[in-house]
Amino acid sequence: MADEAPFQFLHNEMIQYIYKSSENGETENGRNITKLENMGFRVGQGLIERLTKDTVRFKDELDIMKFICKDFWTCVFKKQIDNLRTNHQGIYVLQDNKFRLLSQLSAGKQYLEQAPKYLSFTCGLVRGALSNLGVKSIVTAEVSIMPACKFQVMIQKM
Amino acid sequence: MSRQSNRPTDSKKMNSELFTLTYGALVTQLCKDYENDEEVNKQLDKMGYNIGVRLIEDFLARSSIGRCQDFRETADVIAKVAFKMYLGVTPSVTNWSPAGDEFSLILENNPLVDFVELPDNHSTLIYSNLLCGVLRGALEMVQMAVDVRFAQDTLRGDNVTEIRMKFIKRIEENLPAGDE
Repeated sequence: MADEAPFQFLHNEMIQYIYKSSENGETENGRNITKLENMGFRVGQGLIERLTKDTVRFKDELDIMKFICKDFWTCVFKKQIDNLRTNHQGIYVLQDNKFRLLSQLSAGKQYLEQAPKYLSFTCGLVRGALSNLGVKSIVTAEVSIMPACKFQVMIQKM
Repeated sequence: MSRQSNRPTDSKKMNSELFTLTYGALVTQLCKDYENDEEVNKQLDKMGYNIGVRLIEDFLARSSIGRCQDFRETADVIAKVAFKMYLGVTPSVTNWSPAGDEFSLILENNPLVDFVELPDNHSTLIYSNLLCGVLRGALEMVQMAVDVRFAQDTLRGDNVTEIRMKFIKRIEENLPAGDE
């Protein structure tokens, strides 16, 4: 499929669905995010399997993170992560200055409170991808001004 | 230092896999949320509809296709332009009814089901029902009420996937009174 529109529309619709079904139910915000995150996780697992099929073994954790920032991100969002930072103790911050799923939404502070909805699926994607590369992690995201956002990956030592 | 890109990343293909997998995750979630397949089918159709009413704008803007003169032209545009553009496949248009108000889209391979196997306990699930909603929603926005449903599905053992489309009526534009 040559086009990204179907994915974006589908992604929007998933968010709609998850949040709408909770309006008349008892589930609270946290549960919604978990659901979206879990869907992303599963997709991330599948994608990374397909993507790393023919690659050489990774040297270390940093090598894996670089792969996520370059190849994985390019595959999913058609661009690389703009900035990767780490404290060398298992925390990585991935910054995307023009995040695909937010760039249609706004370029500033408008709708800022809606932004987190659009990030949880991607957090799951990253976590799922890492998980299948043998790295257990917690991934969170934050936005201060759209469409830029930061994903924080905390590696869990096994 | 930097990893050699030792394999050409087929971004088109990957992107289609992203969509396929995401759709799969959604259907899985729906199956968890609802008790029976009928409800899942309905929900997928509804979500498809919501996508369709938006997707049509994207489509018209990018394809610069004008109003269709008849249903046959509509069928051609759907199969040759829209499916090609969004799903990368071109279904064939067959089985026209004598009145020319009904036809089938035959999909040799359905990109939505690339990695899918239906478990036995979901025999009434119409996995790709989203597509029906998309088609219905999109056509409604260009004043056509159309009935769309799956007649055959490879997931359920048929040889091909067949989407049956039936033209119901032309939706009249309701001009507000006194507005010309």
